[in-house]
Amino acid sequence: MRLRTLVLREIFERKSQLLTSFLAILLGITVIVSIKNISHYSELAVAREMDSLGANVLVLPKSATLQDYYAADMQGETIPEEYVTTLAMSDLAGLDNISPKLSLPVELGGKTFTLTGILPKSEFQAKAAWQGAGIFSRPIGCGASVGMMGSDDKKTLARKRVIETLEDNEVLVGADVAATLGLKEADKLDVLGKTFSVTAVLPQTGTVDDSRIFAHLHVVQDLSQKGPVINAIEVVGCCQEISKGLVEKINHLLPDAKVVTVMQIAASQINVNRMMSNLSLMFLVIIIFVGGASIANYMYANVFERRREIGTLMALGANSGLVLRIFLLKALILGLAGGIGGYVLGTILAVTLGPKLAGVIVLPMPLLALLAVGISVGLALAASFFPAWRAARLDPCATFQEV
Amino acid sequence: MLRMENVSKTYRHRGHLVKALDGATLHIAGGDFVSVVGPSGSGKSTLLLMLGGMLSPSEGRVLLQAASVYDLSPRERAKMRREKVGFVFQTFNLVPYLSALENVQVPLFLAKMEEKAQKDRATALLERVGLADRLDHKPGELSVGQQQRVALARMLANDPAVILADEPTGNLDPETSQQIIGFLEEFNTEGKTIVMVTHDPRAAKRAKRTLRLQDGAITCQGAGEEAGWQPDSAVA
Repeated sequence: MRLRTLVLREIFERKSQLLTSFLAILLGITVIVSIKNISHYSELAVAREMDSLGANVLVLPKSATLQDYYAADMQGETIPEEYVTTLAMSDLAGLDNISPKLSLPVELGGKTFTLTGILPKSEFQAKAAWQGAGIFSRPIGCGASVGMMGSDDKKTLARKRVIETLEDNEVLVGADVAATLGLKEADKLDVLGKTFSVTAVLPQTGTVDDSRIFAHLHVVQDLSQKGPVINAIEVVGCCQEISKGLVEKINHLLPDAKVVTVMQIAASQINVNRMMSNLSLMFLVIIIFVGGASIANYMYANVFERRREIGTLMALGANSGLVLRIFLLKALILGLAGGIGGYVLGTILAVTLGPKLAGVIVLPMPLLALLAVGISVGLALAASFFPAWRAARLDPCATFQEV
Repeated sequence: MLRMENVSKTYRHRGHLVKALDGATLHIAGGDFVSVVGPSGSGKSTLLLMLGGMLSPSEGRVLLQAASVYDLSPRERAKMRREKVGFVFQTFNLVPYLSALENVQVPLFLAKMEEKAQKDRATALLERVGLADRLDHKPGELSVGQQQRVALARMLANDPAVILADEPTGNLDPETSQQIIGFLEEFNTEGKTIVMVTHDPRAAKRAKRTLRLQDGAITCQGAGEEAGWQPDSAVA
C-alpha cells in the first residue's frame, strides 16, 4: 500500500463521477492546443508571405506619399541618413530589419532606370557605436526576418531587403535592367561617370525593383552630390508590434519624417494573429471557469462523500497533511491525464484540420505539451486546493456518528 | 493506562448548551476490559472519542500512559493514535474500494512500513481472524461478520496497547457477535486494554468491568457481573 495506490484505486472505483471533470479539462486543453498549434503555423506562413513582400513600415520625407515610394520617384525629397542611426540605436521593440535607400533616375541605353543606394549589413556592424544597441543584436520579433541577415548570396536582396556586403565598385542589377542592357555577372557598367562591376543579376520580382540598379548608399550619395541623405528607410517591423503602435513610436522618435504602414500587407497578418490570439484567450478563460468550477464541484462532492473514510484514516493515525496530499495527488493525476490527453487530441485535431481551416501545413509542437500540462495541472490543483484543505480539517468524530 | 480527570464536554446545538460529559473521572488499568453502557445520548461516544484523542474536553485532562493527550500537538496526537490506539467501529468503516488485505495494510502504510512487510503482516492478521481465503475480496463482497473481522485485523495491525471498540457487535447477528467478543477477549488475554461501548447486555457482561453513563455522568462502575446492568431500552 502506497499513497499512489490509495489514490488510484479510488479514482478507478468512482471513475464515472470523475468523468465530467476529466472531459471538461480534456476538451478545454484540446481546443487550446489545437488553436495554438494552428495559429503558430498560420503566423509563420503569413510571416513568410510578409517576408517575401518586403518592408511593412516606411520612413519617408514629410511630403512624400506611398505612391512616390512605389514609383521610385523621390529624388526631390530626402531625410538625413542619421535617422538610420537614431532608429538602430533606439530601444524600440519589433524592428526586425531596417534598410535605408537613396534613389536617383539614370539614363542607360536610352531608357530610364533607378540607381538605388543601399547600406549592406557589414556597414552597420562596422560602426562600433551601433554594436550592442542596434537591431542586429536584438532577438528577432515575429520571425518574419528569420534567415534575413546571414546570407552571402547577394541575390537575396531581391526578397530579403538586406545583403551582407557591397563594395564601392559593385552593383546589383534588377532583372529588367539586365535584360534591357544585356548584362550578366562580372560585366562592367558605367553609371553617372563611374564604372561598376555587376556582382549579381537579381531574379524577377514583378516590382519596381526589376528596374533598379543597386549600389552602395555612400557611392550613390556622392554621385547625387546631395550629402548624407536618403529617400526612405524600409522597415520590416514585427506585426504584433505594429499593432501595438510601432508606427506611432517611430513617429515620436523621428518627428520630422513621415512614417507609414503598408496596411494592405500588414493588416491581414495582424487580423489573423489577433483573431487566433483572441480565440485562444477566450478558450483559456472558458476552461478556467468551466473546467475549474467542474473540478472544484467534483472535489467538494468527493470530500463530502468520503468524510467517513477520511475520519477513519484519521482515527487510524493519518494526520491532516496526509489527507491534503491524498486529494492533491488525485488533482495532480487528473491534471496530468487531462493535459497529456488534451495535448495528444489537440495535436491530432490541429494536424488534421489545420490545412482545411487555415490552409497551412501544421506539425506537432512538443513545446505545447508543457503548456497543456502546465495549465491543466495548475488548474486542477488550484480548483482542488480548498476542497482538499477542507478534507484535511474535517472533524474525525464524523466516523462515530452512528452511536 | 487510561485516565480521565474531571472531564467535561459542552457544546452548543441550535443555541442551546448541551453537556455531553459532566465531570467524568475514571482510571482504566493496563490489561483491563471495560464495557461502557448507557442510553443513547448519555455520552458514551463522547467518552470513547476523548479516550482516543479525537475530541478535546472543555475541562479536565485525559491521560494515556501518563501523557496528557490534549497537551500534545495534532501531529503528535495522530502519531499516538497510530502507535497506541486501535479503533473498532460499529459499521466497520472499511475503505470500500480496497481489498481486505489492503484495508489491513492502511495502518501499516500510515506507520511507513515497507510494502512487502505490510503484505506479510496483513496476511498473517487476516489468517488469524479466519479470512486467509478472502484476502482479495472487497468489503462489498464480504458478509458483515467477515467485514468486522477485517476491521479487527486492521485494528491489530500496529499492535496497539489500547483497543477502543464502538458498538463492535451492533450490526451483527448473535452468533457472529459472540465470535467478535471472543476475539476481543482473546486480545485482552494477550495484555491489551479494551474499552467497549455497547448496547448488547451479553457483550457487556463479557467485560471485566462495566461503566454506566447517564446524562453525561458516570453513575456506576463495577465488575461485569455486578455493575447494575439495566437493559438500555429501560432508560432510553
